[in-house]
Amino acid sequence: MTSYLFIILGAVLVNNVVFIRILGLCPFMGVSKKLETALGMGAATTFVLTMACGASFVIDRWLLIPNQLEYLRTLSFIVTIAAIVQLTELVIQKTSPVLHQVLGIYLPLITTNCAVLGIPLLNVSLRHNFLESLLFGFGSAMGFTLALILFAGLRERMEAADVPAHFRGTAIAMVTAGLMSLAFMGFAGLDKFR
Amino acid sequence: MNVVQKLFGFHGGVKPNYNKEASTRLPIAAAPAPTRLVIPLHQSIGGPPRPLVKAGDRVLKGQRIGDADGDVSSAVHASTSGTVIGVEMRLMPHTSGLSAMCVVIEPDGRDEWVERKPFDFRAATPTATRDYLRDAGVVGLGGAVFPSHLKLNAGKQGRLDTLVLNGAECEPFITCDDVLMRERADPLLRGAAIMREMLEASRVLVGIEDNKPEAIAALEAAAKRANDASIQIVAVPTRYPAGGAKQLIRALTGIEVPHGERSTDYGVQCFNVGTAYAIYEAIELGQPLISRIVTVAGNVGQARNYQVLFGTSMRDLVALCSPLPDTDRIIMGGPMMGFRMPSDDVPVVKATNCVLVGSQKLFPPPPPEMPCIRCGECAKVCPADLQPFEMYWFARARIFGKAQEYHLFDCIECGCCAYVCPSRIPLVDYYRFAKSEIWAREVEKEAADEARDRYEFRLLREEREKQEKAAKLAAKTAAGREKAAAALAEAEKPARTPEEEAKHALIAAALERAKAQKDQVHPENTGNLTPEQQAEIAAIEARRAEIREQAKPHLRQDD
Amino acid sequence: MLDALLVMALGAIVLGAALGYAAVRFRVEGDPLVEKIDAILPQTQCGQCGFPGCKPYAQAIAKGEAEINQCPPGGEEGIHKLADLLGREFKPLSAEHGVEKPKAVALIDEQTCIGCTLCIQACPVDAIVGAAKQMHTVIADQCTGCELCLPPCPVNCITMEPIPESVENWKWKYPVVKIVPASKVAA
Repeated sequence: MTSYLFIILGAVLVNNVVFIRILGLCPFMGVSKKLETALGMGAATTFVLTMACGASFVIDRWLLIPNQLEYLRTLSFIVTIAAIVQLTELVIQKTSPVLHQVLGIYLPLITTNCAVLGIPLLNVSLRHNFLESLLFGFGSAMGFTLALILFAGLRERMEAADVPAHFRGTAIAMVTAGLMSLAFMGFAGLDKFR
Repeated sequence: MNVVQKLFGFHGGVKPNYNKEASTRLPIAAAPAPTRLVIPLHQSIGGPPRPLVKAGDRVLKGQRIGDADGDVSSAVHASTSGTVIGVEMRLMPHTSGLSAMCVVIEPDGRDEWVERKPFDFRAATPTATRDYLRDAGVVGLGGAVFPSHLKLNAGKQGRLDTLVLNGAECEPFITCDDVLMRERADPLLRGAAIMREMLEASRVLVGIEDNKPEAIAALEAAAKRANDASIQIVAVPTRYPAGGAKQLIRALTGIEVPHGERSTDYGVQCFNVGTAYAIYEAIELGQPLISRIVTVAGNVGQARNYQVLFGTSMRDLVALCSPLPDTDRIIMGGPMMGFRMPSDDVPVVKATNCVLVGSQKLFPPPPPEMPCIRCGECAKVCPADLQPFEMYWFARARIFGKAQEYHLFDCIECGCCAYVCPSRIPLVDYYRFAKSEIWAREVEKEAADEARDRYEFRLLREEREKQEKAAKLAAKTAAGREKAAAALAEAEKPARTPEEEAKHALIAAALERAKAQKDQVHPENTGNLTPEQQAEIAAIEARRAEIREQAKPHLRQDD
Repeated sequence: MLDALLVMALGAIVLGAALGYAAVRFRVEGDPLVEKIDAILPQTQCGQCGFPGCKPYAQAIAKGEAEINQCPPGGEEGIHKLADLLGREFKPLSAEHGVEKPKAVALIDEQTCIGCTLCIQACPVDAIVGAAKQMHTVIADQCTGCELCLPPCPVNCITMEPIPESVENWKWKYPVVKIVPASKVAA
C-alpha cells in the first residue's frame, strides 16, 4: 500500500514533471497567466494523462507486446492521446465555453504535450503494472497542476510588480520558474524518510 | 446603570495624539449670523434636492428651500430669514474643488422663524414620521450624512434589539459630540427615547470613549433624571477608530457584522449622538436641521465649539478663533479622515463636524513614499480586518478586480494603515482612487445595460412595425379588389332612391364641414407669425423639400 | 507488417467511433461566449467597429472574424478586458475605426431644429423625443454618445457636448509621489 503512496508522492513532489523532469513547459508557460485557467488546464491535463496512462498500458500489454510490435509504441501512444484530447475538448466546449476559449490553442496542444507522452513511456520503462501506471499518471498530472497553480499565483502578483522593463513578461516568468525549480529540488530530501 | 456592561474589543486601531483639551475649555457659543449664507442643495447621501425658491424670494428661518428628491434624499432649509440672492453654482466643501447648486441667502438680521409645530410621532404612522424627518432634513451628523429616516426603520423582523448611540468621537481634535453631551444631555436622551420607540428597540447603549469623563457623567446624570432603565451609558477604551459604527457595535455588543451584511440584520442600529439631538429638535420643537455644533481647532489662538448655521463660510468661522499667521490650509473633519478644502471660502454643511486649521508646522508634509516592504503592520492595525498591503498592491497597479476580491469596499478609510506604515505610503489615497474608479465603471456598466435593453426593444419595435405594415398592405389590396367587385355590382344595380340620395348629401355636407374645420386649426407654434418668421419657415420648408428629394432613396415610405 | 497495419487500423476505428459519438453527444448549441463579449462592449451601438451594433460585433469576435481593437468607445480598457477574456494579445486601438473620445452626449440646438424627425429615426436607443414639425430634444441620461444622429441632421443643429465633471462623478486621482530633492529633505 505504501508503495502506491510513494508513487504518487514521488510523482507530485520529488520528481515533479515540470520542475524536475522539465516536461510540458509549453502549457506551463502559456496557461499560467491566470489562476482560473491554470486550474482548468490542470484539470484537463489530469484527466487526459490518467486516461492516457491506462489506455497506453492496455495497448502496450495486450496489443503491442503479444504481436512483437513494440516499435509502434510511440506512434500508437500518440494516436491514443490525440483521441483522448479531442474527447476532452468536446466535453469542455460543452460544459465551459469560456474555459475552452481561454485554453484556446493549448487544449489541442495537450496532444503534443511532452509530459503526456513522456509519462506513459516512462510507465513502460519503469515496468509499472496497470494500477501503478494509473497512479503514476495521476500523480504526475497532479504535480503538473500544482506547478501550474503555484506559478499562476506568482504571476498574478507579478503583474502588479515593478519589474524592470527588459525583464517584463516571459523573461521574469522564466527566472521565476528557475527559482521554483531550485526550490523543488529540496524535495529530493524526502527520500530519507522512506 | 450600575449593571456592569461587558465590553468586547475590536481588532487593530491606533492611539494618535488626541489634542482635544484646547477646544473643550469653553462652552458652546453661537456663531454670529454671517452677512451671506451659501447653502448647498446636496448635503446628504442620495439624490440632490430640487430647489424650491428662486432669486428674489423672501425666506424665513427653517423654511424648506430644497425638496427631497425621492426617498433616498433629504430636504434642505434656510438657516435664517432673508432674501434669496440666487440659486447658482458655488464652490463646494469638497476635495475636488468643483461647484454645485447652492441657494445664496442675504440674511435680514431678524432671524424670523417659520411656524414651528411639534410633531406627535406617537399619533402618526411610522411612514409619516419618516417622511416628516426627511422633510426636516435630518441626516447622520457623524460625518457620513446618511438620511436618518431611512435608518429609523424597524427592519424585517419589525423590531430591533439594541440602539447604539455613538458618542465615541475617536478622531483627534474633534470635540463637537463631547460638548454636546456635556451641555445638552437631557434633550439628547429624549431624542434617543424617540428613536428607541420608532425602532422598537429594547435597550439603548451610549458608547463614549473613556477620555471624556465629563460627558459620561453628564449623560449618566441625565439618564438618572429621565429614569429610563433601558438607557445605558458605556465607557469604551480610548482607541482610534472606536467611533466607527461597526467597531463601536463590536465593542459594545460583541456582534461582528460580516462582509456584505448590515448591523440591522443582527438587531443593532447605530446613530451619532448629534443625530439624536437633531431628532429631538425636529420632533419635539418642530425645528428642521439648520445648524450644528462645529469644532474649530488646530492652528488657532482659541479653539472652541460653535453652533453654526449651515451656509456660513468657513473663513468667517475660523476668523472667530484668531487663526495663527502661518495658517495655510483648512481641513473639514479630523486629521485622520478629513478632507482638505479647496479654499477657505466654502460653506459649513451638515457633514462639517470640525474645521481643522492647519499649517506646515502642525501637519508637516509627508515624507516621500517608499516601496512596500510587506511588514504587515497595516494588517495588524486594520479595524476592518482587511489586508491593506494586498489592496494597496493591486490598487496601485490598477488591477481593481483583485483589490475588490480583498474586500476593498469594507475599508472605512480610517487611515490607521497609513498612520503606521513605515514606508509612509498614503494607503488611503490609493483606496479612494480604486473605489472611485470601480464606482465609475459600475455606473458605465449600468448605462451600457440600459442602452442594450433600449436598443433591443427598438429592434423589436421596428420588426413589429414592419409586420404590421405588411399586414395592412395585404388588407388594402384585398379591400381594393372587393371595392372593384362592389363597383361592378353597383353598376348593375338600379339607380338610388331619393331617400338614399338625401342621406348621401347629408354625409357629404358633414365631411365638408369637418375639412373646413381642420383647415382652420394650425399647429400651435406656427400660428400668429410675423412676416419674417413666415418667410423663414417658407425657406426652411423649401430646403426640407429639397433634402427630402435627395434623401428619398434612404427614407422609408411612410415619410 | 500486416499485424502493424491491422493494429493501427483497429485503433483508428475504435477511437474514431468514440470521437464521433462524443461529437454528437456534446454538441454545442448557440454560443454563450457572445454574451460575455457583448457584456464588455459599451453598447453605444455606434457602428464604428464596422458592424451594425454591438451584438453583431460580439458575434464576429467570437467567430474570429473581427479583431478586438475596433471599438473606440470601449477604449484601451475595453480591449484589455476582451484580451483577458479571450486569452489574446492586447492590441492598440485600430486607427481606421476611430479614436477614443471623452464621453459626451448629443445636444439639439432648439432654435435651429426644424422638426424633421431624421435624428429620431437614427437614434439606436430611442433617446430623442419629438414629433414631425415640432422641436426635438435629447434625453441626456439615455444618450450613449454614439454620434449617429449627427450625419442625418439637415440643419446641423446637433452637437456633442462632453459630460462635465461634477461633485457626483468626480474621481479621486491616482496618488502621485512628489519627489523632493534630498537637500530639501535634510533642510
